[in-house]
Amino acid sequence: MKRREFLKNTVPAAAILPAVVDGYSVKAFDNNSPLLQALMNPTIDTDHVLVIVQLNGGNDGLNMVIPISTYSAYYNARSNVAIPQNRILPLTGYTQTGLHPAMTGLQALYNQNKLNIVQAVGYPSPNFSHFRATDIWMSGSSSDQVVNSGWAGRYLNTEYPNYPTGYPNTTMPDPLAIQIGSITSLAMQGPSMNMGMSITNPTSFYNLINNVLDPAPNNPMGYELTYVRTIASQTNQYAVRITGAANLVTQQSAYPTNNSLGDQLKIVARLVKGGLKTRIYMVSYGGFDTHSLQTDATDTTIGAHANLLKNVSDAIKAFVDDCQFLGIQDRVVGMTFSEFGRRIKSNSSVGTDHGAAAPMFLFGKQVIGGFTGTNPTIPASATVNDNIPMQYDFRSIYASLLEKWFCVPSSTIQTILFQNFQSLNVVNDASCRTTGVNDPNQSAGEQLITNYPNPFTESTSIKFKTRGGHTLVQVIDMLGRVIGTLTDKEYTPGTYSVTFDSGPLPTGVYYARLQNGPIQQVRAMLKVK
Amino acid sequence: MDRRQFLAAKRTNPAPAPPPEQSRTQSGLNPYSGPWTRNEVQHLLKRTLFGSTRADIAYFLGRTVDQAVNELLNPTAPLPSPPINDYSPATPDPAVAAGATWVNNPTNDGTLNSQRRNSFKKWWAGQMINQDRSIREKITLFWSDHFGTETTTINFSHYVYWHHAMLRQNCLGNFKQLIKSVTLDAGMLRYLNGYLNTASAPDENYARELQELFTLGKGPTVLYTEDDVRKAAKVLTGWRINNTTYAVFFDATRHDSTSKQFSSYYGGTTIAGQTGANGALETDDLINMLFAKDEVSKYICRCLYRWFVYYKIDAAAETNVIEPLAAIFRTNNFEIKPVLSALLKSEHFFDVLNQGCLIKSPVDNVVSSLREFGVVFPNTTTEYADAYGMWNYIRNWFTNMGQDIGDPPDVSGWPAYYQEPQFHEMWINSDTLPKRNQFTDIMITNGYTRNGKKIVINAVAFTQSLPNPSDPNLLLDDALAILYRVPISATAKQTIKEQILLSNQTQDYYWTNAWNAYIVNPADTASFNIVNTRLKSLYQYLMNLSEYQLS
Repeated sequence: MKRREFLKNTVPAAAILPAVVDGYSVKAFDNNSPLLQALMNPTIDTDHVLVIVQLNGGNDGLNMVIPISTYSAYYNARSNVAIPQNRILPLTGYTQTGLHPAMTGLQALYNQNKLNIVQAVGYPSPNFSHFRATDIWMSGSSSDQVVNSGWAGRYLNTEYPNYPTGYPNTTMPDPLAIQIGSITSLAMQGPSMNMGMSITNPTSFYNLINNVLDPAPNNPMGYELTYVRTIASQTNQYAVRITGAANLVTQQSAYPTNNSLGDQLKIVARLVKGGLKTRIYMVSYGGFDTHSLQTDATDTTIGAHANLLKNVSDAIKAFVDDCQFLGIQDRVVGMTFSEFGRRIKSNSSVGTDHGAAAPMFLFGKQVIGGFTGTNPTIPASATVNDNIPMQYDFRSIYASLLEKWFCVPSSTIQTILFQNFQSLNVVNDASCRTTGVNDPNQSAGEQLITNYPNPFTESTSIKFKTRGGHTLVQVIDMLGRVIGTLTDKEYTPGTYSVTFDSGPLPTGVYYARLQNGPIQQVRAMLKVK
Repeated sequence: MDRRQFLAAKRTNPAPAPPPEQSRTQSGLNPYSGPWTRNEVQHLLKRTLFGSTRADIAYFLGRTVDQAVNELLNPTAPLPSPPINDYSPATPDPAVAAGATWVNNPTNDGTLNSQRRNSFKKWWAGQMINQDRSIREKITLFWSDHFGTETTTINFSHYVYWHHAMLRQNCLGNFKQLIKSVTLDAGMLRYLNGYLNTASAPDENYARELQELFTLGKGPTVLYTEDDVRKAAKVLTGWRINNTTYAVFFDATRHDSTSKQFSSYYGGTTIAGQTGANGALETDDLINMLFAKDEVSKYICRCLYRWFVYYKIDAAAETNVIEPLAAIFRTNNFEIKPVLSALLKSEHFFDVLNQGCLIKSPVDNVVSSLREFGVVFPNTTTEYADAYGMWNYIRNWFTNMGQDIGDPPDVSGWPAYYQEPQFHEMWINSDTLPKRNQFTDIMITNGYTRNGKKIVINAVAFTQSLPNPSDPNLLLDDALAILYRVPISATAKQTIKEQILLSNQTQDYYWTNAWNAYIVNPADTASFNIVNTRLKSLYQYLMNLSEYQLS
């Protein structure tokens, strides 16, 4: 859908504003308002949104997406937690695989062609530590690489290279990414700056859920604390935009109750519909570390994991339905991931231990429905060390979404993900196939550091703008190591150039980092053969 | 900027709704005899030092309240060596080699004076960052605010430094002596035009501020008149500065030797006019006359109270704290230490209602975070140019946040210490609060790199200095016991722990395992990164919370 069409559908004409903008004066949103003008900016590029659903703890994919064609091997490996074959939810037109009985919502989405199930997603040499595996998924690194930025952060850094200098602005008045929760995760970390914003962030006024702020005590300490908090909330540069967007949406379709993932997704739908230009939303839902009592001891179709899966399924179904209700179904796709799956063989505590590859869900109307991949191979008599072998590298999913959903050119994807990954046909790429996508974000904000040529083979010239005073330009590799310092001295205000000679350094991504007083900005540079 | 102009131009008091009645206390100056735990030690240290480091807390936990306050009030470290030439060879200095001090080589060269004033400010920031275990740095900053001189007005860098050194030397001495030293200080004579104050053309600038800002203050009981200002100006005529030796001297030919009769507020005191060199003695008569007024002791005690306790002085605090404190000040012939000693050892100071309610000044905010996290700076002696460069970066942050040391907005000092009704709240606004967050964000992420050196918060090293870093609950408690004064609820701690240290897991052992894996193999990048990423997020988050702004 084209941006302007979308706006016509979302933001009503001034005449009917009062009915929609609950409690807000018409004046605040008249045709001259920065909000409306920003929304009507005609040169905006894709209006696509990605919602990332993190399932913390390592989700047991084998009990979620169940191999019917190899059911006996499945059952033999984990008889104490295995779902009875007659309880597996069937999927229309696909008999070899079914879903956990609690996931009726996702079953319906599959049957509506709004769900793609990617089988056995992982990476070579899987890591079984929650922390390390989470960092690998968040950073988009290989298992033997330590990368201290996140894949989504690097994507946003290529899209909004000057952030945070000059942000927010009319082209991008909103947070680049929003995480529902208190803490912005590694996934949103760009090469230098965190590109995301948490909306239960303490500096945010807008505590929607999981409020960790303590009430201020009734004494002088509390009095001053309240003062500082008040200023903090007034100061948040995005506060007005977020409340404004949230308040534009007064009606949504039904969400399940007592379902924190549903609560979070409901907020996401509201903010998307309300007109935020935020690209990426991240929500999370924990408790998947099911070492023991994963299921009820007598009925494996109920219990802890079943409850989790039901909530995931209900929440996502409600969200997709709401997107349709709100008319944003062509703009939003989502994906689930967990840091790892669990072992094929169950343990004797009616649980499963840390494993490797697992299925991912991609959901939304623009997703290409169906299965990607086949049922995992399960040994006839699985041993405790057997893991599900990977069919797809998780970075192929990232790469495919970047390419087909965010229309990122393949050379840039290589900069973001450090290598080329397989492109999968999981999402409708029609909007990226139209020519002439004009991306104004590249020039939004003040660009202080650039390089040419990029990509480069041997050396590249780095141009930077300083406000004067001490100025530093260093080159950092993707692991965060300083490769070289190109300049480190006092300057008078102006634009200068330095040359980066890469010498024997391997091909790959390097970041030129500018530091000038309190300002920092990075530029991603790609060295190629 | 001249204060009169400034006030005329900008006196637009924000008029927020009157604050709700506070549950303030009746406690007074009785010696505090309650518990002496980390909480009380931390309270005392955050108020008297820049931040409460783990080492300092441990040190004073091993002492009594009395011993702790006595040590804080009696610095043993020698006065610091003066600032040096950090600006050559970029700016050549014919008289002073690079690395040598310039304070004894006055110059008229404008560029050099500018460079040296900068050198002084960097050095001062360095003194605060490297402070000893005493109140000296904080009380020196207090006096510099009290007398409010501006380096750009004094202009000559040697006067700037000498003025500062005089404040530093007298910071815990005798206040009456301090007033005399300030009155005859070359920097102050320049700053408030005392050196231009002559019998034929009296200049009232210093005579006014001496009463209104430096000794008596303002208020309903302070009733000196405009005529008293004029008379005091006449008393002070004749002080000059030698253009060659830069020494202050008394020029009898410029002194108004007529007798000066003051108003009924001063009991109709007459300061007899004196001729010749004896004209200088009239200055002592004037100071004696001022110090005969009880308002001097009360005013200074209120200023100290606002700096070290809280800005609100209600009727109970006036009666139970300010008045008895002022009596101690007078009884001790205006010695500063007995006053601070009585205040800092008092039930009132340790009253829970006076804890955690002070909004950190920009300097306190910045220097505390550097000290509490043990940020390592280049060596002051062997890498002085790097050290000065880093101090300059820090000093610029003070300025960005609204506290340009050495250059308050005018002679009144920073409005946070006098501007009713907001006082300290004036430090925090929609411009300065994000800068505070920006500073701590930078220090915890990339730090600042200059000339191949880097200052940065080392989150892992700080954590390793805590007693139980492998237990995520104790880690958080122990870090908060250094960084925070405002208590955090168990629920909030649980959330912070799970969301950050446990990456949304619920089992504590995941953190414990990660930490132990790092300890066993600190050279392993992956193990280091796992703990480092989470710790950086943790401390960044804690420093971004509003609670962090309070001490």
